[in-house]
Amino acid sequence: MIEVDSRGRRCPLPIIDLARRMPEVAVGAVVRVLADDPAAANDIPAWCRMKGHEYLGSPAPDAYEVRRLR
Amino acid sequence: MESTPDPAGASAYLDAASAAPPHPVARQALLAALADGWADPDRLYAAGRRAQQLREAAQGSVAESLGVRPDEVSFHSSGTAAVHAAVLGGLAGRARAGRTLVHSAIEHSAVLHAAALAGAAAPVGVDLAGRLDLDAWRTAVGADGVALASLISASHEVGTVQPVAAAAEACAEHGVPLYVDAAQSIGRVAVPPGWSLLTASAHKWGGPPGVGVLVVRKGVRWLSPYPGDDRHRPRPVGALDLPAVVAAAASLRAVLAEAQAEAVRLGALVDRIRARVVATVPDVEVVGDPVQRLPHLVTFSCLYVDGEALLHALDRHGFAVSSGSSCTASTLRPSHVLEAMGVLSHGNVRVSLHRETTEDEVDRFLAVLPGVVAGLRREAGM
Repeated sequence: MIEVDSRGRRCPLPIIDLARRMPEVAVGAVVRVLADDPAAANDIPAWCRMKGHEYLGSPAPDAYEVRRLR
Repeated sequence: MESTPDPAGASAYLDAASAAPPHPVARQALLAALADGWADPDRLYAAGRRAQQLREAAQGSVAESLGVRPDEVSFHSSGTAAVHAAVLGGLAGRARAGRTLVHSAIEHSAVLHAAALAGAAAPVGVDLAGRLDLDAWRTAVGADGVALASLISASHEVGTVQPVAAAAEACAEHGVPLYVDAAQSIGRVAVPPGWSLLTASAHKWGGPPGVGVLVVRKGVRWLSPYPGDDRHRPRPVGALDLPAVVAAAASLRAVLAEAQAEAVRLGALVDRIRARVVATVPDVEVVGDPVQRLPHLVTFSCLYVDGEALLHALDRHGFAVSSGSSCTASTLRPSHVLEAMGVLSHGNVRVSLHRETTEDEVDRFLAVLPGVVAGLRREAGM
């Protein structure tokens, strides 16, 4: 699984990091983002909704998983 | 980065939801009231009586503007002070019923801070458009130990008008008084009846800063939460800025006379902003209800853009706007309103218009915005 480590980076950098790595993620595959900015918990699901990807939830503190849908 | 100020245009103030520029009537009334309104209105000499007459006239005028009785109106040192008086006094008056404040998740932070101080809070969520979940609200106000319920008339961050009438009905069924924070509505749109307490803030409608209004309807139990005061009707803490109160009352009357026409004019400009922003800025989301909304306020979020950087860049072009993005707030938390809605919290811009806003200003803003956003995205490597 591709992991994007954005710990220590403030909003909107974790979302930018995620978006820039998306081309490496196969359609249907899952990418994990590590982010400790409190805004990430809100903005990663919002980004998924806007870009048409599936937000899978937070399996651990400061970790978020996204499935690429298109 | 787009950092050169636009030489073609003067600056445009587009943050009326923080403070509207003073209405001309407010300026006139303020100057006139300075001559007669400086004395303590509770004193028995002639200067005090003149001040008292001014206070009573202002109270009567605001009561008439709001459709309430003069003795239901009190003035406070700010909108925030009025909010605190409403929440804390409303809870104190109902201490026998319980200590829980039911509130929407999108209340102004002044309500949330007051609630945190006073009792137990039961937040009720909103949908993606920022509209109250009425079913959850009905359940929450029907629970044991609810002293007071608090609902903002329309969101100060995204403009979505709340179902005040239905929320009030649910409160009435359970005998829970409803407090409505109407700061963004008064002077712009009518607030439905059914509430028990209401607050407003003069500088949101074009009155002077430093005047808050609290209305407590007859029969509603309110107890002073402040020290050294055993009154059962609200009064300001300390001396009132009477000239400002007079100006607030006069400007409210003037603003209401223009409100319908202004709502139509500004509503059309907001429609233009909603349409143009989506058409000209990629990866942007206009947030808030597209129909059930305040006429003068529109909010959108731009992906991959830092909210604070966006405000500074727009300021360099002469545009004053506001943002709910976390980086611009004191807390470093994303806006609790945007969070409750589940919409993007970064790159957030709130544009709010007022009676001096021109079509030309809006068009210049719309012309500058796409380049500013594109420049910031380039800088961020997007």
